[in-house]
Amino acid sequence: MYTKKRVVAMLLAGGQGSRLYALTKNVAKPAVPYGGKYRLIDFPLSNCTNSGIDTVGVLTQYQPLVLNEYIGNGQPWDLDKMNGGVHVLPPYETQAGASWYEGTANAIYQNMRFIERYDPEYVVVLGGDHIYKMDYSKMVDFHVANDADCTISVIDVPKAEASRFGIMICDDKNQVTDFVEKPKEPKSTLASMGIYVFTWEKLRKYLIENENDANAKREKGEPWSKDFGKDIITSMLRDQQRLFAYEFEGYWKDVGTLDSLWEANMDLLSPSVPLDLYDPSWKIYSRNSNMPPQYVGDNANIENSMISEGSTIDGTVDFSILFSGVTIEAGATVNYSIIMPGTVIKSGAVVEYAIVGSDSVIESRARVGSSPEMIENRDDWGIAVVGHNVTVSAEKVVAPKQIIGENI
Amino acid sequence: MSVNYNVLGLVFASMHDAYVSELTKQRTMGSIPFGGRYRLIDFPLSNFVHSGVSEVGVITKSNYGSLLDHLGSGRDWDLARKKGGLHLLPPYSQTGGIYKGRLDALNNIWGFVEHSNAKYVIMSNCDVVTTINFNPVLKQHMENEADITLVYSRGVYDYEKNKCTTVLEFDGDNRLKDVLVDPQFSGECNIWLEMCIITKDFLKKIVSDAASRNQFSFTREILQGRRDDFKIMGYKHDGFFTKIDSIQDYYLANRMLLDPEKKNALFRKDMPVLTKIGDNGPVKYGLESSIKDSLIADGCIIEGTVINSILFRGVKVGKDSVVKDCVLLQGTKVGENCSISSVIADKNVEISNEKVLTGSETYPLYIGKGGKI
Repeated sequence: MYTKKRVVAMLLAGGQGSRLYALTKNVAKPAVPYGGKYRLIDFPLSNCTNSGIDTVGVLTQYQPLVLNEYIGNGQPWDLDKMNGGVHVLPPYETQAGASWYEGTANAIYQNMRFIERYDPEYVVVLGGDHIYKMDYSKMVDFHVANDADCTISVIDVPKAEASRFGIMICDDKNQVTDFVEKPKEPKSTLASMGIYVFTWEKLRKYLIENENDANAKREKGEPWSKDFGKDIITSMLRDQQRLFAYEFEGYWKDVGTLDSLWEANMDLLSPSVPLDLYDPSWKIYSRNSNMPPQYVGDNANIENSMISEGSTIDGTVDFSILFSGVTIEAGATVNYSIIMPGTVIKSGAVVEYAIVGSDSVIESRARVGSSPEMIENRDDWGIAVVGHNVTVSAEKVVAPKQIIGENI
Repeated sequence: MSVNYNVLGLVFASMHDAYVSELTKQRTMGSIPFGGRYRLIDFPLSNFVHSGVSEVGVITKSNYGSLLDHLGSGRDWDLARKKGGLHLLPPYSQTGGIYKGRLDALNNIWGFVEHSNAKYVIMSNCDVVTTINFNPVLKQHMENEADITLVYSRGVYDYEKNKCTTVLEFDGDNRLKDVLVDPQFSGECNIWLEMCIITKDFLKKIVSDAASRNQFSFTREILQGRRDDFKIMGYKHDGFFTKIDSIQDYYLANRMLLDPEKKNALFRKDMPVLTKIGDNGPVKYGLESSIKDSLIADGCIIEGTVINSILFRGVKVGKDSVVKDCVLLQGTKVGENCSISSVIADKNVEISNEKVLTGSETYPLYIGKGGKI
């Protein structure tokens, strides 16, 4: 069968997402809900479809049940294709034995046969925990125009934040001359977004080289790693391959931590944030829960919020993101919070500056989180988090910064 | 629910189009938007799918472009199947022109019905909105060894208001005794939900018999004309239903969904109503929005006040505008500082700033598709 594709995308769906604690207990990070009706992985998958990339491998090895069920045959993203489409690629056993993915580069190394089935010219490598809308086809064009071996998408970040990222140093033609992971004194403000375009032939060579080197080091008892940024990019720079930085302009947010997940949701409520979920030419697709429209009752007070279908709102909701099938009873208050699918906030409960996971219950007069103004010492303040399927009993308090994974 | 290959579903997508002529000007009964995110055909299709019926024929008549667009391959109802699945049956009449009644329509699509391996046929219109599991109906039909089982509900019929309503009377054994179309009385009675189960072999007999006698109407020729010859039984459905037979009724039926009890009876957790997925964003409420007692579909952006209304997907309400007692279909845009009440706005209506539009509860103001005010 003829299966050739010019571009194949490989999505690193990551590991546990341990910094999201209670929210990733039974769920891989890319399946974490975001923005009222999405999951994180909807963004890269929708970007692929909108960019004309119809072959995507999703590399995952942590709690795959929810993610597998969510991706299914890829139909919600138009990725149910006769040839290509989306494929979840967990680690597997071979005659040589079985091994877990030992880093981002190794995950792709172990799936080289998947890529080779499509005999692509270019491979796009993506992360699963960033919120952004991007036309990858333009980045591939840029890669081709520069006759590059690898193109790394970068975003200009404030100088003060640059030391949190992998920083690219470029010449005036955008060619990368150096790459430093989380530098103490950054020489540039161009941060890697974890989005790469590789000429497949080159990537293949470096994946094999890295695999062999790392295994040799491991045998000798030396430190080793099989990582994209750390190993593949560094080796390519060392060999003076053509690496280019593709500057992205627009909204891009890493949601690797609870604080940044909360912020990224709140960003949707800010008119100054350029992330439009209502643009018909670049829709973000998601698996639909088939619920009726939301019902807003007589006692409701809703302002500056985003609320999804199937919800019943009869309480006060301000500066919040509510997912599908959420119930806010009369007399309940939700401010500056994220309430994930199917959760019930009962009468008299107050939820402020919090993330409440899916299918949880906040009973009457319970209190979750608090506004920063109410806390004397600002260091004691932070987002309160209630995990999935958790009940917070009547009149119980979840303090700011507290993370609850079990019933209280 | 597992699949029941013993049953074939038939949806009459264009029955009674003429009664809601405003809404069917550019569409057919089955593709009339309803309840914020649905089309009327979603209800019979979802009823079939949740009852395990996965082979469904949709009989159309005219103006069915929007219906075809809505249904596509049937994927959103899980009806894009190799075995069974959704079949669109466009109009065609051996007697010339488009078909004149259900028997005529059945005669013309008989090849499709014949080809099915099903033993039973469930027929449903689109002008009655209800959520029903057909399995108990089928069970009763089989136990009774009936020729036809008619699904009815107890409801209030008003001669002055209701049109094209079929009222049924049964004897003590639940056997059909009388059939009255638009009778001249008002009160509680058995209202036919325009749904029935028929044994396929029996259906074949009455369809070919009717064709040779040049008879078209199922209600007149079979239910009324032959009720004593055939074993026609009733099945009482207790869930919420509403029959749409005028634009006023359409307005009321939508707003009935603001009653949580009725809404929950129609949108059951175990039988979600399936529809074409629009991939709209969540509803966005602005800084000074105020919403009371309303049903709001995804993709709406609301900056003003909405009271007692149904807003379909992607409706926009501008700042300082008040929308009261309205049914605004998909993509309606209400500008700033408007005041509109008791209005039905069809798809993609645009109401510019500072407009005041007022209909009445009993006679809502209807604005046609794409109208600009």
